Amino acid sequence: MIEVDINLIREMLKSGKRLDNRKMDEYREIHIETGLIRQAEGSSRVRLGNTEVIAGVKMGLGKPYPDSPDEGVLSVAAELVQFASPEFESGPPGEQSIELARVVDRCIRESKMIDTEKLCVKEKEHVWMVYVDLEVLNDDGNLIDTACLAAVAALLTTKIPVIEYDGETPVVSLERKSGKLPIRGISVTTTFVKIGQTIVTDPGLTEIDAADARLSIGSLENKLCSMQKGGSYGFSVEEIEKLADLAIEKGDELRKHLEQVVID
Amino acid sequence: MEDIKLIKSGIRLDGRKLDETRPIEAKVGILKRANGSAYFRIGNTIAIAGVMGPRRVYPKHMEQADRAILRTDYRMAPFSTTDRSRPGPNRRSTEISMVTRKAIEPVLFLEEFPKTSIDVFIEIIQADASTRCAGINAAALALADAGIPMRDLVSSCSAGIVENHVVLDVAGKEDMEGELDLPIAFYPKKKQITLLQMDGIVPPEQFKKILHLAIKGCEKIYEEQKKALRARYQIELAE
Repeated sequence: MIEVDINLIREMLKSGKRLDNRKMDEYREIHIETGLIRQAEGSSRVRLGNTEVIAGVKMGLGKPYPDSPDEGVLSVAAELVQFASPEFESGPPGEQSIELARVVDRCIRESKMIDTEKLCVKEKEHVWMVYVDLEVLNDDGNLIDTACLAAVAALLTTKIPVIEYDGETPVVSLERKSGKLPIRGISVTTTFVKIGQTIVTDPGLTEIDAADARLSIGSLENKLCSMQKGGSYGFSVEEIEKLADLAIEKGDELRKHLEQVVID
Repeated sequence: MEDIKLIKSGIRLDGRKLDETRPIEAKVGILKRANGSAYFRIGNTIAIAGVMGPRRVYPKHMEQADRAILRTDYRMAPFSTTDRSRPGPNRRSTEISMVTRKAIEPVLFLEEFPKTSIDVFIEIIQADASTRCAGINAAALALADAGIPMRDLVSSCSAGIVENHVVLDVAGKEDMEGELDLPIAFYPKKKQITLLQMDGIVPPEQFKKILHLAIKGCEKIYEEQKKALRARYQIELAE
């Protein structure tokens, strides 16, 4: 890894330039591949520039939560694999991986892109548990958007296993699959960082290191569904208002990539 | 549940108007052993914060040569919720501890205390929505009480949508049934937003209205915080 001087990035931004010559609101190249893991009900591998995340969806039957007896359960976890960055340490999930998983979880959950009521098998007894596991393979900045794209791409291509009955007890078939998940729309997060007085979209690793503050905004079509501010400085109200609109515009670009996944 | 209306002709279940916070109570200097402490109550949510430091850093490898490190620990007491919450950190509390740290950090002169740590402990002893906001409000007061040099206080409040109305400081049944929650923290002198999280679906235009209402709530809390600090100062004069 080449160490880039953070001051250099700040100086360049003042004259309107990013390290990799992108426009201020331009995403890096996006590659989405799906269906690569045989054992998973849904899977994807997403690259955003050199940032790379694999997502796998596993489904099983479980008991619903008492306050939502007729709804399936969504769970998102993230693993920062140590070869993805020299910064990643061993041990139990730290702040970064917990935040990553929870921000992706909230974007998917709050947008209601999955109709969890349709994932009820028998009220109060059996519902589908949808586990989304994210493996970060390479961290070159903006893990949140990459992981969210990966999670959503995997969910869009997930096939629900067939339920067989052993007497009264439902059993998940290991081989046979039925239909797709009940999907209502496509939600994505769009992440911005503020460096000095400049705001850039889809920050690369060095831009993340140079950033004063970060904002990730979830959206589904023309609505916002989640937000998370990061970084040790703040945003002004005007900046947040501007980013709320930009999130929809940039979100639509990301959605186009995901729509392609559904068609394929 | 469907039969209960949470808002009737602009008045909420607990008698509040749409743009009104719950009653606020703030006290500073409530703990003896901590270097600084505070109590912050908003309605039925109660947070206690204590500050230790600036002090030596353990483990030592976390030490920074040019500044103090700020550590925050948000915890919910097991008895603070209807169903007992399991003690010990979980994913939610880890995240809240982190966003709390980032909400407070901008106002602290950490560079004044190299090679030390400033540790902020937040205990939610009673929970009824907006616990992270109450925790931040208490933490800011406790840091001021500890005499840590600060650019300003930080004030935190949430706004949201309940039954299609934009409301300030969601609480009680509203928290369960509400459509959206937007907790923010505000650094009043610089008019900066230092915490921003959102759950729920909203068009951008309505989001902006909610954001402005949340800021209004923070400004009110800011006044209450200043009052609490002044009250503490006056008692010392009288002694």
